[in-house]
Amino acid sequence: MFDQSNLIYRYDGSFDGLLCCVFESYDKKEIPTEIILPDTSQTLLFTVKEIRTDVQKSSRVLASIPEKMGFDALNFIRRAFLTCFTQKELYILLFLRLGYRHGQSVMSMLANDVVNILFKAVKHLDNESHLLKGFVRFSIFSNILVAQIEPKNYVLPLMTQHFSERYPEERFLIYDKTHGMALVYQPYQSAIISIEDLELPEPDEQEQSYRELWQLFYDTIEIQGRHNPKCRMSHMPKRYWKYMTEFGGPRKKSPLKLEDTAKFLIP
Amino acid sequence: MDVFDKLKILTDAAKYDVACTSSGVNKKAAAGGVGSAAASGICHSFSGDGRCISLLKVLMTNVCAYDCKYCVNRKSNDTPRASFTPRELAELTINFYRRNYIEGLFLSSGVLKNPDYTTEQMIEALRILREEYRFFGYIHAKAIPGTDSRLIAQLGMLTDRMSVNIELPSQSSLQMLAPDKSKHSILAPMKYIQNRIQENSTDVIKYRHAPKFVPAGQSTQMIIGATPDTDFQILNLTEGLYKKYKLKRVFFSAYMPVAENTLLPTLDTTPPLWREHRLYQADWLLRFYGFTANELLDQHHQSFNPYLDPKCNWALHHMDFFPMNVNRAPYSDLLRVPGIGVNSAKRIVIARRSATLQFNDLKKLGVVLKRAQYFITCGGKVTGGLKITQDKVLQSLMSEKTLGMYHQSFPLQSQIKQLSLFEQPPMIPSGFPQEDLQRCLTNPI
Ligand code: SF4
Repeated sequence: MFDQSNLIYRYDGSFDGLLCCVFESYDKKEIPTEIILPDTSQTLLFTVKEIRTDVQKSSRVLASIPEKMGFDALNFIRRAFLTCFTQKELYILLFLRLGYRHGQSVMSMLANDVVNILFKAVKHLDNESHLLKGFVRFSIFSNILVAQIEPKNYVLPLMTQHFSERYPEERFLIYDKTHGMALVYQPYQSAIISIEDLELPEPDEQEQSYRELWQLFYDTIEIQGRHNPKCRMSHMPKRYWKYMTEFGGPRKKSPLKLEDTAKFLIP
Repeated sequence: MDVFDKLKILTDAAKYDVACTSSGVNKKAAAGGVGSAAASGICHSFSGDGRCISLLKVLMTNVCAYDCKYCVNRKSNDTPRASFTPRELAELTINFYRRNYIEGLFLSSGVLKNPDYTTEQMIEALRILREEYRFFGYIHAKAIPGTDSRLIAQLGMLTDRMSVNIELPSQSSLQMLAPDKSKHSILAPMKYIQNRIQENSTDVIKYRHAPKFVPAGQSTQMIIGATPDTDFQILNLTEGLYKKYKLKRVFFSAYMPVAENTLLPTLDTTPPLWREHRLYQADWLLRFYGFTANELLDQHHQSFNPYLDPKCNWALHHMDFFPMNVNRAPYSDLLRVPGIGVNSAKRIVIARRSATLQFNDLKKLGVVLKRAQYFITCGGKVTGGLKITQDKVLQSLMSEKTLGMYHQSFPLQSQIKQLSLFEQPPMIPSGFPQEDLQRCLTNPI
């Protein structure tokens, strides 16, 4: 058995991989101090144990979660896995260990440090994905809706349903620059694919007009006598402004390079 | 006139309407359609004044046959006029919607020719949106007082929410400032809409596919500070509207002077933002915290305390209700503790199932201990070595600056004098701290 005080797991970054870490932890009766990704730089002081992803192991763990602590807990750790919380892997493992011990009530242990920290991380994720449902701005290029975002959390999986229901007959793409991923949709199917970079074409005349109309509306709707930039900032932090049309919108770059992504959109 | 000019004029004329939410209904587009709605509402942006932008808020026209003294669109005001054609408006909406600028449309209007004609124009715009573009997004339309109920019924089938603005909180104020309107002409359509919503909801139970009439309910708004109506009167009216007319929301709007008129506050009057803020806080207490209007204000205390939010004010008047054992107290009682909001109260109820909560646990659950500590106990304990003096409690409830101003207005002569906090201050100090005023309205107390 490894010495607990300096044991590190390294996994492949997948959800299944993480569940295999949980398996390992139970199998070997040990608790790692850290769970790291393949490309994390290595500290020689600690023992790094490679955890191989084995679908048989992970599906055993997966099946046991709703059984032992309910579907809410499973749903919860799936969301926790999408957060930008740096120690999410370790905390998910610790959370599951609590869940195996206490059963369903793990979801009500809100004052427990492990549970509390994960709840906060998930709340941050939920907040961000909720805000982005409103703040995403599409431009229309050859009748395809294209948007860019730079979220902290990996929110795309949480936005799929919303935008598919909003635009069932459209073809659209939301590019998450932070994670190098894009949500693409065409009637009636969606996928999240990996994309290196996205360069947007110049807007055509109609697109340009609607951008300007929106900017005009945005500027006019403010009641000057109640100007309150602090309040605006607290509801809509500045980091979201970059891609919002009302603040000048997406910075235009060189000509269209949509071909790479268009093949997912054009049947 | 091109669409840019129209949009500018008709946005400018609509911006004083404060209702902005897209909340109250969950739905998604049917096949071949576009648009959805989320019951919680979605803000698409925030304007420079910090207000949520969810809907394209414009007037159909700012031409108006009426002459309400407090309104920029009144007949006698010399201002540029414009009207959208129904098709222009529908096209603008759908194009904004496709780009995710908005959640839908909030359509109001001045009275062009007469209320019926105006409403017909609005109906045509919404018909194009719903039928031709198969738009399933959110639509909020204003019912113009005096419109034939047949037209209101048609409008209601096309919208998610309707509102009739009360604007002035009493009949006497209406008579004085809105001579073309009366309490009756406002309350009649409100009552009509309420009845139709009720009838419709039984239809929908009987026939699952019965079309929905105003599924997100109705709202209204009132102007604060244009007339002598007191906070107590306004809050009572608000409560009555929730109870009797089943309104979903009542909005308040601090009066911005837009007209020189001896009946109105002068043009240099600053809008009473702090009153508006207190009314929203009290409104929140009515809707989510189980308070009644009479608990917050009464005949002898007709105005809100500018220094303390209504909940803290209530708590200080009811110290016999406290301290409260957070591990035992029912949810409805927890809600009455300053520093505990709806979310933290819910978390307490969940978390105490698996553990006896201590003070530092409460912090993790989002309780503002600085305020709450004076009103609660945990497992029989109060916070370590806490000496409760009135001034301490006040300190915890106010910012330093506010407390300073409070002491200025109520010099510390004696304990008894201090208690005069509970009386109304003679006048509202002008430099009232911004941070206390402008804490945004969507946040719970
Ligand atoms: S009817 Fe409406 S738009 Fe016309 S003056 Fe009165 S408040 Fe203004």
